[in-house]
Amino acid sequence: MSDRVIETRGLRKQFGRKLAVADLSLSVGRGEVFGFLGPNGAGKTTSLKMLLGLVQPTAGRATVLGAPLGNRSIRAKLGFLPEHFRFHDWLTGRELLRFHGELLEIPRTILNERIDRLLARVDLLDAAPRKLREYSKGMLQRIGLAQALLNDPEVVFLDEPTSGLDPLGRLLVRDIIRDLKARGTAVFLNSHLLGEVEATCDRVVFVKQGRAIRDLALATGGEDFEAELRFTPMSPELLEGLSRLAGPPAVHDGAVRLRVKNEESIPEIARWLVEQGAHLYRLDSRRPSLESTFLEVMGQDQRPG
Amino acid sequence: MNGILTIARLTLYEARQRRILLAMLLGGTTFVILFGIGFYYIHRDVSHNDRVSFLEQKALINFFIMAGLYAINFMSIMTAVLMSIDTLSGEISSGVMQTLAAKPIHRSSIVIGKWLAHALVLAGYLMLLSGGILVVARVLSGITPPNVPTGIFFIYLGGIVVLTLSVAGGTRLSTIANGVVAFGLFGLAFVGGWIEQIGAMTGNTVTRQIGTIVSLFMPSDSMWRLAAWYMQPSISRDLQMTPFSSASVPSGMMVIWTFGYVAVTLVLGLWLFRRRGL
Repeated sequence: MSDRVIETRGLRKQFGRKLAVADLSLSVGRGEVFGFLGPNGAGKTTSLKMLLGLVQPTAGRATVLGAPLGNRSIRAKLGFLPEHFRFHDWLTGRELLRFHGELLEIPRTILNERIDRLLARVDLLDAAPRKLREYSKGMLQRIGLAQALLNDPEVVFLDEPTSGLDPLGRLLVRDIIRDLKARGTAVFLNSHLLGEVEATCDRVVFVKQGRAIRDLALATGGEDFEAELRFTPMSPELLEGLSRLAGPPAVHDGAVRLRVKNEESIPEIARWLVEQGAHLYRLDSRRPSLESTFLEVMGQDQRPG
Repeated sequence: MNGILTIARLTLYEARQRRILLAMLLGGTTFVILFGIGFYYIHRDVSHNDRVSFLEQKALINFFIMAGLYAINFMSIMTAVLMSIDTLSGEISSGVMQTLAAKPIHRSSIVIGKWLAHALVLAGYLMLLSGGILVVARVLSGITPPNVPTGIFFIYLGGIVVLTLSVAGGTRLSTIANGVVAFGLFGLAFVGGWIEQIGAMTGNTVTRQIGTIVSLFMPSDSMWRLAAWYMQPSISRDLQMTPFSSASVPSGMMVIWTFGYVAVTLVLGLWLFRRRGL
């Protein structure tokens, strides 16, 4: 059994003259929580729809759970929550889950037990007999999430799962993703909420104009550290010396920012500065936030989508 | 097969929840009651009128039954289009279809399941309406048109033609565009039918051929003409005494063509739906 649940090579989708996904190559491991990050219009949803067999790729190759895209028996092992989940509003929450369970061909006794468990998990047990038209946006999103988990899937695709959710709803989704990871379920998370992704994902891929442009492991801590220092005098000699010890320094608001390769470089920098006779007032080190990496990766030319 | 039945069941449940079945039941019952009241008075007046011969009495009553069946044919076609017009396009545009199609179900099962459920509802509606007026006519006058099962079947087949077009169109067209196409074709067939009739009466082969070609494009009207031909007493149809008599009766080949038309349209719809992005 391969340890890759999703594998794509040069996946491309063109709608008429519009290129939605240019050349997508990525892979997702079994049990991995994978964040697919990019601005609006970067081709995230189209990529996800191709993986689910909802949209046919124009070119490229891909497998999900080892089978070609759209394979029907493989779809029984996938879960999917579309962005802004909508379903027939004349169904009750419980009826919706029962109907999807029937489509998944889950035996009735198992289905009833699972429906109760999932309704409790997404905190909708009391709303289950109510029709979807009476549900709030957040409740719809939560019942949609329950729908995506009915078959105990091996891979769950979540397209902006927290859109329309309040902070409590977001925490719930985060918790559910952690549960899924603990059970060995791979999660493919489409999102542009960076805090969300940072809190849940093992690995992220940044996508821009339908291309994966950076692959970043979050669980193992990423690559660089960011250090911020305040010292006097901020002479050109000292700055020159710092650039030899770490990356090129950036001076901003009376502070110097540096990229360092590992945490061990931090005391070295402090020692060197003191030895040079500088007065060191502050030295912070942290991993760069996903937001700063995002902005760096996407470039300055990016406009709000 | 399971997928087809699950989708069909959901579609039937939808018809119930959205009060489509209730509207059909109430509308249909009102129609039958109105027909019954009209029929009672017409039957009473003609049967107590010495100036109307027995033959004329029968012809008049038969004419009224045919008028009722004509209205039923129209209602069944309207209903077939209206109830199915947004069943696919509506779910595609609202995003409901994404969740459905991501499940382990053939895309064709979604289309066939919906088609089947609507065909069933249409059959029920037609049974209610035609059964209603035929029972009323039988009870009040003792008259039942000949070949009722065959005739009603052809009315149903005409409805199935437009239903299939509307379901197949919904795989690609927006709801409104689909409605325009379905009703447009129905109108075309209606006019084509009359062109053929008049051509047959005046002996003009060109107009007759135009009508036949239109029927090939859209066979719904020829199914009505076939139904009307079967359900009229031979004397009315031979003498062409009523507007429902046919000067040009569609042949058995036309029936085979219509079955083929339904099958090909449905398969085309399945093919289009399988290929489209959702």
